[in-house]
Amino acid sequence: MKIHEYQAKQVLKRFGVAVPEGKVCVTPEEAEKAFRDLGAPLAVVKAQIHAGGRGKAGGVKLVRSPEEARAAAEAMLGKPLVTHQTGPEGRIVQRVWVEKGSKVAKEFYLGIAVDRARSAPVMMASAEGGVEIEEVAARNPEAILKERIDPVFGLFPFQARRLAFGIGLGEPKVLRGAVEIMTRLAEAFVKLDCSLAEINPLVLTEEGAVLALDAKINFDDNGLFRHPDVAELRDLAEEDPKEVEAGKWDLSYIALDGNIGCMVNGAGLAMATMDTIKLYGGEPANFLDVGGGADKDRVTAAFKIILSDPHVKGVLVNIFGGIVHCDVIAQGVVDAAREVGLQVPLVVRLEGTNVDKGKEILAASGLALQAASSMDEGARRIVELVAGKGGGK
Amino acid sequence: MSILVDQDTKVLVQGITGRNGSFHAHHSLACGTKVVAGVSPGKGGGSVEGVPVFDTVAEAVEKTGAEVSVIFVPAPFCADAICEAADGGVRLIVAITEGIPVMDMARVKAYLAGKECRLVGPNCPGVITPGEGDRACRIGIMPAYIHKKGKIGVISRSGTLTYEAVWQLTQLGLGESTCVGIGGDPVNGTSFTDLLALFEKDPQTEGVVMIGEIGGSAEEEAARFIQEKMTKPVASFIAGLTAPPGRRMGHAGAIISGGKGTAKDKIAALEAAGVKVARDPSVIGKTMLEALEGK
Repeated sequence: MKIHEYQAKQVLKRFGVAVPEGKVCVTPEEAEKAFRDLGAPLAVVKAQIHAGGRGKAGGVKLVRSPEEARAAAEAMLGKPLVTHQTGPEGRIVQRVWVEKGSKVAKEFYLGIAVDRARSAPVMMASAEGGVEIEEVAARNPEAILKERIDPVFGLFPFQARRLAFGIGLGEPKVLRGAVEIMTRLAEAFVKLDCSLAEINPLVLTEEGAVLALDAKINFDDNGLFRHPDVAELRDLAEEDPKEVEAGKWDLSYIALDGNIGCMVNGAGLAMATMDTIKLYGGEPANFLDVGGGADKDRVTAAFKIILSDPHVKGVLVNIFGGIVHCDVIAQGVVDAAREVGLQVPLVVRLEGTNVDKGKEILAASGLALQAASSMDEGARRIVELVAGKGGGK
Repeated sequence: MSILVDQDTKVLVQGITGRNGSFHAHHSLACGTKVVAGVSPGKGGGSVEGVPVFDTVAEAVEKTGAEVSVIFVPAPFCADAICEAADGGVRLIVAITEGIPVMDMARVKAYLAGKECRLVGPNCPGVITPGEGDRACRIGIMPAYIHKKGKIGVISRSGTLTYEAVWQLTQLGLGESTCVGIGGDPVNGTSFTDLLALFEKDPQTEGVVMIGEIGGSAEEEAARFIQEKMTKPVASFIAGLTAPPGRRMGHAGAIISGGKGTAKDKIAALEAAGVKVARDPSVIGKTMLEALEGK
């Protein structure tokens, strides 16, 4: 789960991470008042959307008066912001964060991600702040220092010192602030079940303070059950409505750009099905894993979600019924197709227990669907049908 | 021979009184697996499917001699269940549960370090060694009937995609020695490399099918191992060639693994190590056959 920058800063503040003072605003008037309340000569108005690259896209403005703050907020609120991460349609800005300006002496990068190979979170620090870390990793990987965060003991201060000395935050006056921000970020990461945390840039101010000027946190969805306060930070307006609906049914769905809808049981098989469609010259419209219990209700929900994408010109169902019997699934597919009034070609590939009974049910349904006996046959058929070469029943 | 488990392996089921636990205990018993105990805290003294239930793993191990535990405990409590199994003295833990928080698994791994106990999973279909006829040592949730005793070892990060591959091996008459699902979670127990080493030593196994997917660098590590240590042929399929980048992996996650993680990179690494990689999942079995025949 992703959250907004202002939420991330509020979360980090609770853990003692130094962040600039600021206020979240939903109207230009609030932004004007926020500038006054902050009482500083300089402030930053930042558009709050779940995407990076806001600065370059005009979503971050320096302002020097309440009027400028108001104008900046007015220019952003209610309008789409297009960054390199949003896609061409952009995201509508619902809120801005108005923050006290900081006198930046130098920028750094600080981040934490889970390292599969080390089976633990790893803190990354670099003296190259404000630029995308991917860029640094590609150009100069030695510039990124790493420390494993022990999942039981956390990040030790000596590890934080090693990072601070390594990136040039080792001056006696600033070392303490740097170590504090690193150990507290690590603490927040472990305690809140985060999957990614980034402070980019981490800044050293002219006064010698170390501050999180930006903040990004993603959470492990599997850990949300023990953090109800974090779960409340979810902003559904930032998510694909089809993916939100799928989540309600415990279906794993990801929208893609193609025109062949897929419904598969199992994530690996779902990915392999997409690959096979592509191999035969088609383009998958989605990834969808219906999971183990593909009963009528879930199959119906899955069909509805797939078909709510107007680009879908055909659907491939690929089920390897292991424990779940194929006749049960076939009945679910038939009932669901009837209920949603399926208008596009449907190819169903069933394999596993009671596969013959399942095929009989499909054949007797009177629906315009085709049964395939293997995955590649199913993929080939649906690609042909969508391309208009396959013909009807 | 086989790896990890055979027809004499005594199995206990943690979470046997739950819906999944009892359902799969039933199916394992039906194909001849020696399910000797169940564990469900507070329900000791009862029985499920004729199997005695104990309050703790330690007690179940002591009373029944169980050596492997299969875990169906719900995700919020699963890390604890894995640690209890390790403490209770089983030699192999197979965690089926999906949805365990990553941080829990990181702590589990730290707890297991240095212990003489192997973890398979979590979020996996389990381990199966097919026996004579329709018998099998089935420790997990896979359909037993698609398997047949034979000469191919199977290792996979996926569930149903593994069934797909196994079904092809069975239909081609190659059969399987042991099939192991290592699970789809970012932090898991046994790796591809661990199992490749076991299959290399197993006399029944003549070739290995390895099914990977996008994310992490486990396939690249396996490729290195295959190049340096494996004499038996390996065939592979990597799912996710068409998966959009950045959807499941966070930005920085890809960095740590040094820009690895794409299906394309994994396929290239495996092919460079002499592995035959199927592009179409429908020909995984055929690809294994070709690799065995040295084509």
